[in-house]
Amino acid sequence: MKQLVQLKVNGNTHDVMVSPNETLADALRRGLGLTGTKISCNQGDCGACTVLIDGKSRLSCITLAMSSQGKEIRTIEGLETNGELDPIQRAILEKQGVQCGFCTPGIIMSARGLLDENPHPTREEIKRGLSGNLCRCTGYTKIIEAVEAVRDAEYEKPRLVQVQ
Amino acid sequence: MRNERDVQEQVLADTAELQETRAEVQPVVQLRELEPVVPDTVVEEQVEDEFAIVGKSIPRVEGFDKVTGRAMYTDDIDLHGLVYAQVLNSTIAHGYIRKIDTSKAEKLPGVLAVMTGQDCPTLYSVNELTPTESALAIDKVRYFGEGVAAVVALDERTAAHACRLIEVEYEELPPLVNAWEAAKSNVMIHEGADSNINHHAEQAFGDVDDVIARADVVVEETFYTSGTNCAFLEPQSVIADYDPGAEKLTVYNCNQLPHMLQRTVAKVMDMPVEDIRVIVPHIGGAFGGKSEATPSVLSASYLSRKLGRPVKLTYGRDEVFFQNKSRHPCHLKMRLGFKKDGTLEALDLSTLLDGGGHSGWGFVVLWFIGALTQLPYKVPNIRYNGRRVYTNKPTPGAQRSFGGVQARTAVESCFDMAAEKLGMNPYQLRMINAVETGYKAPSVVECRHSEFKKALTSVAKRSGFVEKHGKLPHGRGIGMAAGHYSSGGAFLLYNSSRAHSTANIRVDTEAGVTVFCGVTDLGQGSTTVMTQVAAEVLGVPVRKVNFICQDTLLSPMDNGTMDSRATYGAGHAVKNAALDAKRKLLEVAGVQLGVRAEQLECRDETIYSIYDSKKTMSFWDAVWKYQDIVGTVFGTGDYTPPQPKGDYPGKIIGPSPAFGFTAQVAEVDVDLRTGQVKVLKYYEATDCGKAINPASVEGQVEGGISMGLGQALIEEIVVDRKGRIMNANFHDYKIPTTMDMPDMDTEIVDSYDHTSAYGGKEVGEAPTGPVCAAILNAVYDAIGIRFKELPLTPEKVFRAMRGEDPRGPELEPNVIGFANANYKEFLEI
Repeated sequence: MKQLVQLKVNGNTHDVMVSPNETLADALRRGLGLTGTKISCNQGDCGACTVLIDGKSRLSCITLAMSSQGKEIRTIEGLETNGELDPIQRAILEKQGVQCGFCTPGIIMSARGLLDENPHPTREEIKRGLSGNLCRCTGYTKIIEAVEAVRDAEYEKPRLVQVQ
Repeated sequence: MRNERDVQEQVLADTAELQETRAEVQPVVQLRELEPVVPDTVVEEQVEDEFAIVGKSIPRVEGFDKVTGRAMYTDDIDLHGLVYAQVLNSTIAHGYIRKIDTSKAEKLPGVLAVMTGQDCPTLYSVNELTPTESALAIDKVRYFGEGVAAVVALDERTAAHACRLIEVEYEELPPLVNAWEAAKSNVMIHEGADSNINHHAEQAFGDVDDVIARADVVVEETFYTSGTNCAFLEPQSVIADYDPGAEKLTVYNCNQLPHMLQRTVAKVMDMPVEDIRVIVPHIGGAFGGKSEATPSVLSASYLSRKLGRPVKLTYGRDEVFFQNKSRHPCHLKMRLGFKKDGTLEALDLSTLLDGGGHSGWGFVVLWFIGALTQLPYKVPNIRYNGRRVYTNKPTPGAQRSFGGVQARTAVESCFDMAAEKLGMNPYQLRMINAVETGYKAPSVVECRHSEFKKALTSVAKRSGFVEKHGKLPHGRGIGMAAGHYSSGGAFLLYNSSRAHSTANIRVDTEAGVTVFCGVTDLGQGSTTVMTQVAAEVLGVPVRKVNFICQDTLLSPMDNGTMDSRATYGAGHAVKNAALDAKRKLLEVAGVQLGVRAEQLECRDETIYSIYDSKKTMSFWDAVWKYQDIVGTVFGTGDYTPPQPKGDYPGKIIGPSPAFGFTAQVAEVDVDLRTGQVKVLKYYEATDCGKAINPASVEGQVEGGISMGLGQALIEEIVVDRKGRIMNANFHDYKIPTTMDMPDMDTEIVDSYDHTSAYGGKEVGEAPTGPVCAAILNAVYDAIGIRFKELPLTPEKVFRAMRGEDPRGPELEPNVIGFANANYKEFLEI
């Protein structure tokens, strides 16, 4: 039988009906229509479903929706404000750290979590911080460069991105 | 000791001398005449800085949607009345289905319908020669994980629960998991056949045996390249939406070849092609693995028509592995004959491909391995003998650099072995034999443009290869390998002679510039590149160009995104369409300005006379006038590559209007205690012609290398003796992470292919091919042991360093794909 949980996502509180064994990823995607969070392996191996829970990057496909009640959940949809991108979103976009884009939301959330915890990570710390996120397209180089650019304050002030 | 530069110059001088000698050698076979090369578009002798948009690393046009989570992939789409299907997968690899009892599943509340193979019995395949596949297994299962029943319910959980209530009785047959045994077995995987050999490819150019008998140096070796999975992040997903009112079917599916998929669905559903509309939402990676119809598309289509409502079916990660359609496991036997001076005289290759349960693109891969030996080295005598055999394993198909990984691993390893015998540096041997612009291979393959030598020299210089090779301390090594790939085949694989690519363009003040084209963006960036091409021709900013693709209702017929053909093939079509529209527009602008149309150009949204700076008008004013006088500006363009003449088996596979080239050097460290191979630094040089979007090219190169590195060191689909996949998930099937990737040093060499729309050639596949060979060569340089089998796991290196068989004595040597010692206990089952 489904039960009611209150999920606080990107600052808004939602009432969602979930099964006791339903994952947070499913609740976000199917329950709230927040499909920016992706499901790829569905068992915690690939990082595509990464969201921030109370500021820490967590795998929503192996987190129960029920256990997320009362916690601050932040998804890819909650990073931009009024069309202004977060610096890490801008950096990934402009440094071409995005190809097919399926791993991108998870990578961005992991990178955001990493930078919030450690605003000046070394290249090695960036690699370690993103080692739980699989990407099959890019070979990671441009993603790492994007995180380094944010670390180096290249994208400090958010601005509206204009594609040429 | 001579410094690096002296060595390089000496090599170049030697090479030039050898090529002069070589020109006198008469070809052994009679070369066929190619039709004269006539580029579809007039070659524009523009230099790089004359382009406004081509050659600029603009961000992806769809990038904003992708970094904000707005981009919709198939599984993200919701439709009114959407219901969900799930598949029950076979638990055995080979056997007859004696009984399926679906009654309990049908009674489960929430279940709407259950289907089995008999409900949708039309057989299909991406190739028209061997249609053996079906939506669900009919009477017999041929691989572990094959679908035997499907359930559609109000939600996924109910559908999955119902699948578990279906009872299937199998009569098991002995699973044939070894390609060599399957080839000889009396048990037939496909009834009615007289052998399990799916296809046999044989080609001979010149008298290879005779030339090798007279060669000064001969190398002969066998290799095994493993079966890997494309491992795209987005599992295949489909929504079939049958409209009972219109009697039409719309299919949303992440497929690379929407026009091919449309035909397959039409055939299986017995509907006219024009009543099927395929919409391809954003694709979460494909790499070739999404170039065939998955059975789920056909199950969902059947169920949607049955219910008259949209049905979604998304695979789990395990099902991605079951449906596989990725790299072919391949045994290769290679013989190369050289003259004393290093000239390659003859190449003799035999292969056995482990083909799994069906054919799919397999017969093309089989021929392609042979065709890929025609380049990038000059070799006048070539023989190829390949067989593809059915086994009870998930079917391989296309994966990035298809045929390339197999061919390059064997050729490039043998080149290093030959260099050692000849007493030459491997770089020198490659330079001696490297192809140049205008080279005609003994088959109809012709290399119309090549900067391959530039790539070899670039990578050798940057890595210090000549100085380091053979001189690094024990445990450290450096290895070189090189390769090439076609920019789309010269022949259509469809049974038709229509244009390979067509583009339509509409220019008006209501929507700006809108391009309609059938090419599919898998993430490689074709939408951005095509947009750049159209914007360049018309002199408008990229943001004024709408690019409509991935929808068979709106996009004209296209061969699809495969065989690295998008930039070259579709690029031509888009450029031609834009030129057509531009020509019409300039006629009206010419009248307005009192200038001959051919003296007008477009740039920065302005039309101007190239001779009189006062004669200008706004691009959009001209469009407005044109609409007033004539109507909307429409343009159309298409592209078909030149068709080489010739008559020999397998002719249609291999020739291409353009080839991209790559040269690579890997520097590795082998842990002498554990056998762990770590790639420290990776150097690459690409000849992709003119890079339309250099940052995207770099992304292709880096991504391609990471896929090759995975195959070289960690990736292999492990199948046990019963045909069960032991690692159908990302926990046990590992792909490279940030921690596995070496520092990259890549370079796009200066190159412009004048047969191409803006000088660009392929870059998507060539870089993946030689990676395994570069690493194998580097490991040989590090520890003096030549490995001939992939992947190069620490276990294999460790055993070999102790003088043991790399595969380990305890493993049955003939069980293919069972090299990973972690799984040895499953042998007893």
